Formats: sequence, structure tokens, C-alpha cells
Amino acid sequence: MSEHIVPVRVYLAIFAALLVGTGLTVAAAFFDFPWRLNTVVALSIATVKATLVVLYFMHVRYSIRLIWVIVVSALFWVGILFALTLSDYFTRGWLSTQTG
Amino acid sequence: MQPIESFETPAPPKVNYINAQYGLKSWLLTKDHKRIALLYLVSITFFFFIGGLYALMIRLELLTPQGDLLQSTTYNKVFTQHGIIMIFFFLIPSIPATLGNFLIPMMIGAKDLAFPRINLLSWYIYLLGGVITIYALLAGGVDTGWTFYTPYSTTFSNSYVVATGLGIFINGFSSILTGLNFIVTIHTMRAPGMKWFRMPLFLWSHYATSLIMVLGTPVIAITILLLAFERLAKVGIFNPALGGDPVLFQHLFWFYSHPAVYIMVLPSMGVISELIANFSRKNIFGYSFVAFSSIAIAVFGFLVWGHHLFVTPQSVYAAMIFSFLSFAVAIPSAIKVFNWTATLYKSSISYDTPMLYALGFIGLFTVGGMTGLFLASLGVDVHLSDTYFVVAHFHYIMVGGALMGYLGGLHYWWPKISGRMYPEGWGRFSALVIFVGFNLTFLPQFVAGYLGMPRRYHAYPPEFQVFNVLSTAGASILGFGMLIPALYFVWSMRYGRHAEANPWHLPGLEWRTPSPPPTENFYETPIVTWDAYEFAPREETEVVGKFRE
Amino acid sequence: MATHATTQDVHGHPALQHHFENMEQQREAGTLGMWVFLVTEIMFFGGMFLAYTLYRNQYPAAFASGSNHLDITLGTVNTAVLIVSSFTMALAVYFTQTGKLRPQVLCLGLTLVLGLTFLGIKAVEYHDKYEDHLIPGRLIPWNPFNPGVQEEGQPVDHHKLHLLSGKTVKHPVDATVKNVEMFYWIYFAMTGMHAVHMIIGAGLLMYLLIFSLRGRFDPEYHSPVEVIGLYWHFVDIVWIFLFPLLYLLGRHYLHG
Repeated sequence: MSEHIVPVRVYLAIFAALLVGTGLTVAAAFFDFPWRLNTVVALSIATVKATLVVLYFMHVRYSIRLIWVIVVSALFWVGILFALTLSDYFTRGWLSTQTG
Repeated sequence: MQPIESFETPAPPKVNYINAQYGLKSWLLTKDHKRIALLYLVSITFFFFIGGLYALMIRLELLTPQGDLLQSTTYNKVFTQHGIIMIFFFLIPSIPATLGNFLIPMMIGAKDLAFPRINLLSWYIYLLGGVITIYALLAGGVDTGWTFYTPYSTTFSNSYVVATGLGIFINGFSSILTGLNFIVTIHTMRAPGMKWFRMPLFLWSHYATSLIMVLGTPVIAITILLLAFERLAKVGIFNPALGGDPVLFQHLFWFYSHPAVYIMVLPSMGVISELIANFSRKNIFGYSFVAFSSIAIAVFGFLVWGHHLFVTPQSVYAAMIFSFLSFAVAIPSAIKVFNWTATLYKSSISYDTPMLYALGFIGLFTVGGMTGLFLASLGVDVHLSDTYFVVAHFHYIMVGGALMGYLGGLHYWWPKISGRMYPEGWGRFSALVIFVGFNLTFLPQFVAGYLGMPRRYHAYPPEFQVFNVLSTAGASILGFGMLIPALYFVWSMRYGRHAEANPWHLPGLEWRTPSPPPTENFYETPIVTWDAYEFAPREETEVVGKFRE
Repeated sequence: MATHATTQDVHGHPALQHHFENMEQQREAGTLGMWVFLVTEIMFFGGMFLAYTLYRNQYPAAFASGSNHLDITLGTVNTAVLIVSSFTMALAVYFTQTGKLRPQVLCLGLTLVLGLTFLGIKAVEYHDKYEDHLIPGRLIPWNPFNPGVQEEGQPVDHHKLHLLSGKTVKHPVDATVKNVEMFYWIYFAMTGMHAVHMIIGAGLLMYLLIFSLRGRFDPEYHSPVEVIGLYWHFVDIVWIFLFPLLYLLGRHYLHG
């Protein structure tokens, strides 16, 4: 397994994309989207930025399959923590009904 | 190379890992995984005795219905500290840090683990966590239960919660680093020919255990930190008076602590697979099923923590999901039990001490597992929760299961570790005494709990006394039974019969090197051409290693 | 007939550890080890993100109010600083792989400086919170949580909290000082933990810088640079999520 050297221009492109993403997310924050879309937009942009860092800066795009499995598993496990815990909170009426 | 028949027993070398270097510094600064395993062995035995002393105090208090030996607050501290020491400082490290550290490189044909210095660091971190916790115990102790439920632990308890939490937090890193080391080692350092499905099942179960250590421990770490900050800063993430939710603490706590029980039992299951196959001289029935079951237990173990919250305000719908998943997690464990039993069928069983422990494990773990299913049923759990039924259930798994596996493994690999045999007669005798003592201690607790005796109470209604007297009698026998191996293991290091390289005549890779092994484990990197439990000769095959020179 | 590999390594790189067969195995083990460690970090921060999710959904007005009081300029600058530092870190790895020592050292140095800049700006922000009595609970015993609240019709005081009503955020619960304290508790816990990881990262970078200057890392052996790079990128990713969730969540209510 030889080591892949990522060319500088790829890093430069990702860097530019990250800065653009940051600008976008700040701008979008001031715009009032309907329903809860503000959160969706912010998290989507953050996810794209994080994915770019993982794939290119952290070389996962060029790594062996085991590394992919590890990254996906970690996200899946955080997902378990969130999904099952929130399944409790969302189904017992604890949220949004307190009168503070 | 053949499984067993034709290979030569290497003559015992003059220099092995024990006498390679002398002096305290050579032990305290060692990078040799075998020496580190022994360092751990000494430390965890020390903590086991402390935890055992607390157990003694519990059983003495509970001899009589009145709370006459200890005050209630002191009793709270005693059962809390019994739990903390036994779980965090004995059970969780026990098999992985001693037998795992010693054997994993040998079983895969490597010279050491992937990160030897991190291995040593792991032991020092364990000691640091232990010292801080002992300080907290001596300074006045902690009385919240090992579960640290809020808001009692954050707001009302006057005991050393933060100090104890700090000790456990630090200890967690020891666990994480051990798991990390094992995962990387098993992935990258297997000898040529050692394919995944040729690995002994001991390795599969330690791999699964390491997954849990790595994925679960960080969550208890952040939970303890949040607990400590809440206690110090008086904010309210877990405090309903300040807008928080105490059940959130329980969710975060049990997200780790349920998989933690699989950290405690999976390595033991790995030992049992070794013992059953080797002492019945037969390949494990359904090897790949047992291997996959280990991984399944690790994965499913993360999906069931809500069954500890059945009697909290947790939503009924979530509880139903957790109940269903708790039934599901029993399946891979049951698969293992069936496969072990099928292995025994029509095999050639020798009732040496390790095998006695293995047979004991199968029966006792089955009882523990079954009673776990009773607790997984929502309605039944409402009745049995916080009673002695639960206490009996988890002691059947932790002591009847995990501890039996640990003792069986210690006896099985003792000749490899020390170069000496333990006295077989005493071994069998103490195994029987432990079995009898254990059952006498915990079987009555099932009944007492079912009839309504609550846990964590130092006084109880007189109708439960007969069960408690039986239990305390059993505990005395159990304690006596466990003292005997402690004595004869030490005795054997000086006076025990010298062991040959392969005293049990088995095909495992660890038996192909002298007892005790040299520091580098193998004189030449082995090439593996046989399966894990092959007891018959086979044809030669060509082998290509993963990392070719 | 299969041959035995010997334990004698004839051509060993000086950095090859005795228990590895060759540099490739050592490198793969090191990279895998760091990724497994990052998994533990993901689970560690995951717990705090869970607490954030829960309480933000419980007290949306309070969280929006608290968030709006954070300095968005400093937050954005810090985000940019970290992104640049991630870029220079990636370049440092590149120059090590291609054997260019001076750019390698330069990039490592820049990464360190940017990391310290981030921490400096964070310190300024924390100081501002201290001044406005926004440190939660009794974390600072002589300066408990006690912010001023912006009253209607009074001149705008930027040191005071502007509490949003439930109506603005379409939720039954108004923002109260008690619930805003919950926001600041989570803010300090998450950014504080993140800062601790940055400090550790800065320490690791100093180690890399020192050994780089000694010419320790070359195309043959540069595992530490790569592996610490992975850690640094991870810390950057945590901030990429922290920034919108903590700083931006309530901005769209400002002109409401």
C-alpha cells in the first residue's frame, strides 16, 4: 500500500470551498427561513465542510477501506446515542410543554 | 508446520521474559507486554481484595434484619465503594489487561502489541485513577451508589463525589488505550497465515471488547465531567429545579455502563471458548457463529441501555423498544452457549481445573442470562427493579460468569505465564468450593428479591433473614475458596513443578514457545497454516504474509 | 515449503520500532491508532452535542437570546483562523511527504501561530463574558451568573441580555435568565472542552516543530506529522459544528 500524495491545488480548492462555506453560513444565519429550515441549512453547510475536511485534508478519500468503515461507524454510534435518547424525549411530552 | 503431532517442544531457555532483566526499574519501565500483564495482575488482585472487604462488610451487616453493624450512611458508602472498586478497578481491566495483554501478541505471532509504551502508560493511568479513588475512600467515601444518580450526587450528597469521579474518569483512559492497542494490534500485526478466521476465539472476543471500550468509555468520561461541573458550579443540566432533567444523566451514564457489562463478560467468554475446545480436544462447534456473536454482542449491547430506566419517567414507547432490543441481545449469548455445549457433545473431556471453571461458567452464565430476560420484560421489571433479584442476576454474570472465566484462564495459562504448574488437586478442590459458595451466596438472593427485599438497604423486615443468613454463609465459603488459589499460585512460583512449553498438548500458537516465553515471544516469526482448534494433522499449504519483506 | 521470516531486520530505518516488521506496518499501525482515538473523541463530544440538542429544543427562546449575545465577528474570525490552520497543516504534511524541509517547518509554525491566535481570541471572548457576569452558576465563586437584562424603552446596552419572547421563536416558553444560564453552561462546556483540545494540539505542534527543525521527519518517516495532522483536522471539524450551533442559531430573529 503506497502513500498517496495529494497535490497542493486540491488542498487550495478545498480551502477556498471551506471559506466560501463559512461566508455562506454566516449570511444564511441572518435570513429568516420558514419553519426550522435555518437549522437545516446551517447543519447542511457544516456537514459539507466537515466532509471536505475528512475526505481531503484527512486523506480518507485516498485511504484503505478500513478507515472509511471506522469513520462511518463512529458517526453511526453517535447516531445511536442521539436516536435512542431523543426517542425517549420526543415521546414523553417533556419537550416544549414546560411553562418555564 | 503441523498442528501438534510433529512439532518439537523448544527446550526451556535459560533467559526468559522474567529473568531477562533484574531490578525494580526494569519492571516499572518495561515495554514488554508480558511484564505489563503481571504488573496489572498484582494491582487488580489488590483492588479485588479491597472490593472483597467491602463485600464482607455488606454480608456481615445483612446477617441480621436490624441495621446494627453500620449506620445507614456508612452502609451506603460501603455498597457504593464495593461496586466502584469491583467494576472499574477489577472487572473491567481483569481479563483484558492481564490475560489479554499477555496472550494477544503471542496468539497472533507478534513480538509485542502495536504500542508498547502506550500499554505501560495505560497501567500508570490505571494506578493514578486507583490512587485518587482510594484517597477519596479514605477521606470519607462516597455514598451515592456506583450509579451516581442525580440530583442526589450533584446537589444533596455530602460525600467525595468529585474526587471519586475524577479517579474513575482517569481510569477510563486506561481502558480506552488498552482497547485502542488491541484493535490496532489485531488489524496490523498478525503473523503470515493468521487470517481472521484462523484466530482463536479469545482474540475475537477481545476485539469485540475493545470496540466497546473505545466507543463507550468516552461517554462515561463526559458524563462524569458534566456531573463534576454541575456539582462544583451549581448549574442545572441534570437538576429539575434549574430547568434540567435527571433522566438525561441516566441516559448518558447507562449508554456506557450497559456496554460496560459486556466489557466485563466478553473476554471471559473468549476464555471459555478456549477452555471448552481445548479440554474437550475438539474444534469449537460453529466457530464463525461464535466469532460473529462476539461482534453482535458488542453492537447490540449499545442498543439496550434504557432497560435500566424502566422505572424512571422514560417514555413507555422508548421503554418498549429497549425491552425488545434487550431480548435481542440475549440471542448471540445464547448462540455461544449452544455452540459450547455442542462442542462438548461426543468429545474427549478432561476435567482439569480450567475445564471445571468453564463448565461452571456455562451453567451459571445461563442462569444469569435467563434472569436478565426476566428483567428485560417491562412489567416484571417494575416488580423486580431495585430488589435483590437484580443483585443476584448481575452477580451470576459477573462472578459466576466473568470471574469464573478469569480463574479458569489463569489456571490454564499459568504454566505459560510462570513456567510452573499449579497443584491440580488443590485447583479442583478450590473450584468446587467456589462453585458451592457462590451458589449458596446468590441463589437465595433471587428468592429474597422476588419476595420483595429491596437492595441498598442496611435493615430489612425479619422475614428475609433466612435468605440473608444463607447468603452470608455462602459468601464466607466463597471467600475461603478464592483464598486458596491466591495462596497456591504464589506457592507454585517457587515450589511448583516446572512446566514444559506445551503441558496440555494443544495446537495454539502460544504453546509453541517455551514456558515462560523469551522476551520477544518467538525466536522466528511463525508461519500459520492451521486453524485455531485443529487437533488432527493436515497437508502443507503455501502461505503469503500481509506485509512482505 | 513455506519459509520462516527471521526476526533480524537487515535494512532498518532508525525510526523503526523493534516489534514491527517494516516501516509500512509501523505507519499503518500509527494511522489506524490515531483514527481509533478520534473515534473516542467523536463519542466524547457527542455526549455534549446531545445535551445541546435537548436543551435547545426545550428552551429555544433562551438559547437564541444567549446566542445573539455572543460576538459573531470574533466567532467568524476564529472559524476562518481554524480553517486556514487546517490548510497550513495539510500543507505541512505535503511538504514533509515531498521532502521540503523549510516549507515544512514554515507551515507547522504557521499552524501553531494560528492555533494560538484562536486561543487568544477565545480568551478575549471569555473575558467579555466574565465582565458581563455570564459565567454560569458559581463556576467563578466571586462572580456568579448575574447578567443585566435589556429593558424595553431603555437605551441599548450591549452588555445586557436581550431576552426574546416565545412568540418571536414560535414556542410557548419565553426566554428567562435561568434558562439563558443553561445556554451559557453548554456554551462554556463545549467551547471549553474544545479549547482544552486546542491547547493539547498546540503542545503537539510544538513537539513537531522542534523535531522538524532537527530534520527528524522525511519522506520515509513522517508518521507523527500525519497523525497529529489528523488530530488537528478533527479539532477543526468540531469547531465547524460548534460555530453555527452556538453563534448563529438566533441571528434570524434579530429583526423580528
